[in-house]
Amino acid sequence: MSDVVEKTLTALPSLLSFDSQPGAAKLSSTSKLASLIRGITELTSKHEEEKLIQQELAAIKDQVSSPNTSMRQMKELMVRAIYCEMLGYKASFCYIHAIKLAQQGTALDKRVGYLAVALFLNESHELLLLLVNTVLKDLQSTNLIEVCMALTIVSQLFPKDMIPAILPLVEEKLTHPKEIIRRKAVLALYKFYLIAPNQVQHIHNKFRKALCDKDPGVMTASLHIYLQMIKENPERYKDLTDSFVTILKQVVGGKLPMDYNYHSVPSPWLQIQLLKILSLLGKDDQSTSEIMYEVLDESLRRAEMNHNITYAILYECVKCIYTIHPKHELLEKAAKCIGNFILSPKINLKYIGLKALTYVVQQDPKLALQHQMTIIECLDHADLIIKRETLELLFRITNGKNVTVIVEKLLEFLRTSKDDYTTIDLMGKVAEVAEKYAPDNKWFIGTMNTVFSLGGDLMQPDIPNNFLKLISEGFDDGEQDRMLRLFAVDSYVSLLQGEPERLPQRFLQVISWVLGEYSHLRDDLEPATVVRLLANVLDLKQASSETKSWVLLAMTKLCEGEAAKPVLQGVSETFCSSMDTVLRQRAQELQNLHLNPELWARVLPRDAFTEPLEVDSSLSFLDEYVSEALAAGAAPYKSPHQRQEELAQAKAVSMEPYSLSLPVSMSLSSLDGRQSPTLPSMSSGLSGDSTDHSHKAGTTTLKLDKVKRVWGREGYLAQRESAAVEVPGPVHSADQIEEVGITQNPTPPPVADQEKQQLASSLFVGLGSQTSSSLMGKSEPKHQRLRKKAKDPVSSSEISKQTSNSIIPPPNSLDNLLCNSNMDPKSHGVDLSACHVHKDNTLVLLVFISNSSNSDVQQFIVQVDSGDVEVSCLSESLIDELRCHHVEVCQYSLTAKRPSVHLEVSGLVSFNMPDRTPQTTHFSYKLPLPSFIRPLELSTEEYGTMWLAFSHDTKQNLTLVADVQDSLRATLDVLERKLHLHVVAVIGMEGIVACRLLRDQLCLMHCRVHGGTLAVWLRSSVPDLPDCLLYHCQRVLQEV
Amino acid sequence: MITFVLMVNRQGQTRLCRYYQSINMSRRTSLEANIVHTCLSRSRDQCSFVEYQELKVVFRQYAALYIAVGITEDENELSIYELVQNFVEVLDKYFSRLLAWQIMFNLERVHIILDEMIQNGRIVETNKSNILAPLNALDKMADG
Repeated sequence: MSDVVEKTLTALPSLLSFDSQPGAAKLSSTSKLASLIRGITELTSKHEEEKLIQQELAAIKDQVSSPNTSMRQMKELMVRAIYCEMLGYKASFCYIHAIKLAQQGTALDKRVGYLAVALFLNESHELLLLLVNTVLKDLQSTNLIEVCMALTIVSQLFPKDMIPAILPLVEEKLTHPKEIIRRKAVLALYKFYLIAPNQVQHIHNKFRKALCDKDPGVMTASLHIYLQMIKENPERYKDLTDSFVTILKQVVGGKLPMDYNYHSVPSPWLQIQLLKILSLLGKDDQSTSEIMYEVLDESLRRAEMNHNITYAILYECVKCIYTIHPKHELLEKAAKCIGNFILSPKINLKYIGLKALTYVVQQDPKLALQHQMTIIECLDHADLIIKRETLELLFRITNGKNVTVIVEKLLEFLRTSKDDYTTIDLMGKVAEVAEKYAPDNKWFIGTMNTVFSLGGDLMQPDIPNNFLKLISEGFDDGEQDRMLRLFAVDSYVSLLQGEPERLPQRFLQVISWVLGEYSHLRDDLEPATVVRLLANVLDLKQASSETKSWVLLAMTKLCEGEAAKPVLQGVSETFCSSMDTVLRQRAQELQNLHLNPELWARVLPRDAFTEPLEVDSSLSFLDEYVSEALAAGAAPYKSPHQRQEELAQAKAVSMEPYSLSLPVSMSLSSLDGRQSPTLPSMSSGLSGDSTDHSHKAGTTTLKLDKVKRVWGREGYLAQRESAAVEVPGPVHSADQIEEVGITQNPTPPPVADQEKQQLASSLFVGLGSQTSSSLMGKSEPKHQRLRKKAKDPVSSSEISKQTSNSIIPPPNSLDNLLCNSNMDPKSHGVDLSACHVHKDNTLVLLVFISNSSNSDVQQFIVQVDSGDVEVSCLSESLIDELRCHHVEVCQYSLTAKRPSVHLEVSGLVSFNMPDRTPQTTHFSYKLPLPSFIRPLELSTEEYGTMWLAFSHDTKQNLTLVADVQDSLRATLDVLERKLHLHVVAVIGMEGIVACRLLRDQLCLMHCRVHGGTLAVWLRSSVPDLPDCLLYHCQRVLQEV
Repeated sequence: MITFVLMVNRQGQTRLCRYYQSINMSRRTSLEANIVHTCLSRSRDQCSFVEYQELKVVFRQYAALYIAVGITEDENELSIYELVQNFVEVLDKYFSRLLAWQIMFNLERVHIILDEMIQNGRIVETNKSNILAPLNALDKMADG
């Protein structure tokens, strides 16, 4: 069977020969398009191409605006314009005509009009608005082909703001008798979901209907929406697992019509899509995973035909099996599959095998051991991408024992790499594993020297920053710290004595800082010698002014003793007249300090890092600015390295093997440790482009440990801190767990040449069982020796006692009634509960703290804080002492800073137990937007003027309250009752409603009954308020 | 996700390009030049997947025509490799017998076919009859 396939495959390309052009000339020798094409095929140089296309564009421009051009001719003109744009020449004068063609053409002409629009314009192009009417008309056309075209363009690009205008029409098409229309309608809704998810949230149940559609095409289309939604929130769709499993079973069992087959494999891409969905659903969820074991087994079994597409399915299957809760038999089969891939002589399969192995290796390192000889071969493979993928695999199995060999391999590749992107990526990886697993100081400094020299100035700045931070903070062992610094100093002195002109700028900066700070550790090294070496750097032609300022700073630290005076004098005089203001300032500092030893000793005391300096490096003063920017839609901050890392996320292997407690401990170590350069770079003070900071940082050696972390892997951390510190007990690191999972050292490698054997044994050491116990035991601390030590034992013991209470918000109340919320019995005998009370001008939050223990607690402090809400304290928050069996109430007045669907208040209660042990409890309290909404009473005239003044608006169709006489009135009543809106007036089928968000952010709503739905139009003076309010309107109306 | 589909000839001239992320003209030209350079320099026994910056590029050669598809890390390379074949088979079915010049003379039709198969960087249809149905209907309208 597969032979037949292979034959047809090889037959095809021969048909695609370019030389046989007999029909071409005959087809349309006279047309302008034909001559353009002929012109293009005859081109010999870029210059000719430019000439030809410029002529062509001029000709098109001429003709396109002529009133006599027919739609048929217009179509040809558009195709010619598409050609010009394809070759990289803008034909922007054609854009408006493309829209016109879509509007006025018929059949294929119209389709080409739409096609040209899709190719020429992007989502935000203003001309796109002109297309809306055409789309509206075509959606209502009786000609199915036109409806199809309209739905196609809508699912490719459509202005986000205009979705409400066509949404009802698209929704209607979901029940169309023709399956192609239903399919395209689903795809259009998928597009809407991608660009404006809240606009389609009311039709989620219709997606379910599409999933159950009798046409496989419609069902397949709906899977795109589901994959997207499940990615965002797998919990919500667990109940659909059965359906997806059933669908996959049917597909695999060949229940689909024959034309869904591809080379006799039933709908392979659909199978892959379903497997992706299942792995998202089954991840970390045993019971859901159990539902899918059978079908996965079946998929593995069925996909045995020898064809690429079955391998593609197998690969997806293997990934799925390793992602979901494990089942032994399946894992065995999947491992066998990976083995077949890797051993395959076909290079594409080998690649896929390596990729799969990289994915699973953290959960099952013994698989790498099984294939060690193949991996070694791949490492020297002629094909770069195979080599690259192998290095990626090695990076993932790095441990303390094989780090030197693996780093050597990585560096070897780096030396030959010409691609900047690869260089930057590998650089980060080498730095990461070097820091994590360095066997000794000499190796570490040597490796980092290579990284700095090879990486040059391409390197992400956080690599040198982290390195300097590590050198300055040191480890637990003072003697070790001294040795590391000495090594660095020695190595840098000899580098500067060599050929400093060959070192990259970033490296020179690192060198100057380390020498400035630590060269005094070497007793036999005169400061004057170092100063002279540094002065040489200043003389280098290629030294940037940034590097020079680092050097000057280092010199300032070294201006002890008489010997260096003349050099320093010369340098400071030279740079005091520099054009660069930063350099001039540094030179002035140097000038003044070296002449005044007393001042020098006071300004730059040695070992300054023993005294913490008050630096608000959390930048907390920017918190408000940041949260406002975030609310306004700005993306959370990510370090450059992290951004890059995220691109590689998919490859990054789920770090959460099954049900181990790893996820939590990972988040802890990422907050606490600094094993990886991808973790938040706190040493921004050292970042090269702000020399002012570097001065400060340099002299105080970065005492940043105790400051609050505001930035994390996901960006702004402010409220996440409480969640991240809840883990009591010892901190596990990723590599530890990785090694726990290993049980057996598998089959000895077959006969291979000795060199490879040797390499294998050094690469894969530490992955087998006989070594695992020692890794867990005494050698493990050694691997961690380069990690930051726990600076503050007090705070860590505190952490272990912290607990987190979540106070569940009470039901909404319109009248000023006090609502009880549930009480959460607490271990320390201190209970927290809270509720909120609606007042006209504010929302009052009451926090009850009751001491149910038999002893008094001291130093009681409650802090409430929020990014979304303005909090002001109404009662004394410093209670100081809470007697036993007493209840204290803290009152806070809340007003919304800006609209959001939910607003969250978080807080901290800290107190001392009678035995003086400190306790801290976090809590958070979520308030829906309607708690802050108050009715706004005004006249119809006032409403009119305000309406015109407001600029932020949203439109949407809502469901009416059904089965009542006056459905408009009934619907408005619901909104008035549940959301505290004020109904200003009802006139016929229209109603106007007004409300305000505490304190004075106003929002107006215009409602009209139209075709069985309520068309609402919201306007407000503030952005986001209409959208947020609309969300709640939808919610309450759905609940009715 | 699929980020682009590119067809080039042996001389490196673009025969068709479709991007699923907006990209400006100058970046596009340099991307195409680089990809063409990489793909043309590979031999048949080398891997059909190459790395290009943060993307993977899957390419397949048909005589003088090269088809390259840019994908993100989460996409299944082999399935895209076969998707290219499916695309070519669809074209072959539509043109009865696919010849390279037909792609040039029917650029708009090739685009329409591609639009049926890939939207927003996702594979939306792979059933050959479903893919060709709208275009066949349009042709019939023009004839009738």
